[in-house]
Amino acid sequence: MSDSMNAPHPIRDTSGDQTMTQAPATETPVRAQVRDLKFWYGKFQALNGVSMPIYDRKVTAIIGPSGCGKSTLLRCFNRIHDLYPGSRYNGEINLAPEGVNLVDKGIDPILVRLLVGMVFQKPNPFPKSIFENVAAGLYVRGIRNRTEVEGRVEEALTQAALWNEVKDRLSKPAFELSGGQQQRLCIARALAPKPKLLLLDEPTSALDPIATAKIEELMDSLVKDVTILIVTHNLSQAARISKYTAFMHMGDLIEFAETEQLFTNPAVSRTQDYVTGRFG
Amino acid sequence: MADHPSEKRIVAKAKVQDLSFSILGIIVLFFAMAMLATLIGDLLADGLGRISKQFLTDFPSRRPSEAGILSAWVGTTLVMFVTALLAIPLGVGAGLYLEEYAPRNWLSDLIEINVSNLAGVPSIIYGLLALGFFVYGLGMGQTILVGGMVLALLILPIVIVATREAVRAVPSGLRESAYGIGCNRWQVVWQYVLPSARPGILTGAIVGLSRAIGETAPIITIGALTFIAFLPPSPIQASPPFVNADWLTSPFTVMPIQMFNWTSRPQAGFHENAAATGVLLLGMTLIMNGFAIYLRYRLRRGLRS
Ligand SMILES: Nc1ncnc2c1ncn2[C@@H]1O[C@H](COP(=O)(O)OP(=O)(O)O)[C@@H](O)[C@H]1O
Ligand SMILES: [Mg+2]
Repeated sequence: MSDSMNAPHPIRDTSGDQTMTQAPATETPVRAQVRDLKFWYGKFQALNGVSMPIYDRKVTAIIGPSGCGKSTLLRCFNRIHDLYPGSRYNGEINLAPEGVNLVDKGIDPILVRLLVGMVFQKPNPFPKSIFENVAAGLYVRGIRNRTEVEGRVEEALTQAALWNEVKDRLSKPAFELSGGQQQRLCIARALAPKPKLLLLDEPTSALDPIATAKIEELMDSLVKDVTILIVTHNLSQAARISKYTAFMHMGDLIEFAETEQLFTNPAVSRTQDYVTGRFG
Repeated sequence: MADHPSEKRIVAKAKVQDLSFSILGIIVLFFAMAMLATLIGDLLADGLGRISKQFLTDFPSRRPSEAGILSAWVGTTLVMFVTALLAIPLGVGAGLYLEEYAPRNWLSDLIEINVSNLAGVPSIIYGLLALGFFVYGLGMGQTILVGGMVLALLILPIVIVATREAVRAVPSGLRESAYGIGCNRWQVVWQYVLPSARPGILTGAIVGLSRAIGETAPIITIGALTFIAFLPPSPIQASPPFVNADWLTSPFTVMPIQMFNWTSRPQAGFHENAAATGVLLLGMTLIMNGFAIYLRYRLRRGLRS
């Protein structure tokens, strides 16, 4: 684990216990700080107190064996668990500098989802046109001015490296696109409202290698503007695209570190075993 | 291959099993189809020759060859219109509420059990309810409106159950992505869940309406007449406001009742008329089902996921 030091941009600290992972002494500002986050599906505890920083405009990857809680952790960030009865959170995901705790019961999940964008494992565009898909998030936020919507749609599609492929058929149904294009459309849809955080849950696991490469490439350019948190079960993908990596196992965060360090010189032996393929 | 005798035996056994089940299936299917074909063939043989313009444009008469089903098919059309207008919005609303809004507790469980049970209640019971409550209790009389209402009640459970099933079949990914962009529940339900569930809902609605169109018992129970020689006032008129609701309170008859009435007459000519009405009723049901298939195909194409 990296040295426990205070975050360079201090955020409201309510916990006295400092066993959690804190930001190392770098210049990188923190966009969100997860503190002792616990989560339950009914009686089953799926997260046992996770703490980690999410650095501003960096890619943070979450890796770990199947069923370790990667998706569960990611889905806390946009409170999608709230759709299902029996979900319970405890702890904090503090967005900085706003200072809102995303998992606070007092914060409306809709507000959280307006701040955070999410892309799912399986590309799931809406049964609408390409344009309407990207504009959907804008309409929800009350942005209806035609020129503004058109501008933002073009911008988001450009960011998602899809503009050139679809600019001549924006009114065509989104389902006419290939799987990889659909996933980039979903990324554009999440980007259009300019989210504070972009969450991606194994976004390439349903795609072929070429489409995967396109999306990985995309991460590189996106991260100039937006903070990215990505779940992947593909270790080399994490190594290729992320700046920081969190390794989870059975609901625990085992290690959080800069990706290079985590893969070449992990502090915990269990991480070592996982990244060298000895288990998982 | 010759050196795997036991594997070969397993394959052979599986083949015999497959073959015997297929043969059994074909026999059962053949019997079912043969019965249906006989029934329809008989009806067609008896009634087809009687169908003519005169048959559709004449009122019932004492002489079989002069009798027609004008009042019956107009009555059926208007009653079905009322039924659809009541049952579809109510059933879809109830189904959406139960599936998307209602908290899971003993009350919603109770409602759920009751809705499924209602689907199994004999239709004459609905007739009795309508007779006691609408006709006498509320003094609404034996009108098209009451006919439409009782049939709407009858098919409400079908529409509710179909709506719930269609809503439940909406992929969770679509729902999660809609919530994910920040939609509230109303937006998710109306802009995403409902359009996606529409093919299933429409199918359920049309299945319900095809059931209602053939129902005789509840309509007889509320006292629809069997001999009507006039038409209800037209729903459309030449002067403003162009629509007219007087037809709702008009007495009426429907095709199954006309048919029932004719079959109970001794003259062979009336039996021919009954068969012809049956052919037309069957045709209307087929057209409705064809329309359902067409709609489903059209809507699914836009929703492919
Ligand atoms: N809806 C749910 N209800 C109950 N348990 C769940 C649910 N979803 C996931 N789990 C459990 O939570 C644990 C973490 O799951 P998940 O976060 O999906 O793992 P990962 O994404 O790392 O493969 C697993 O043990 C899984 O069985
Ligand atoms: Mg997962």
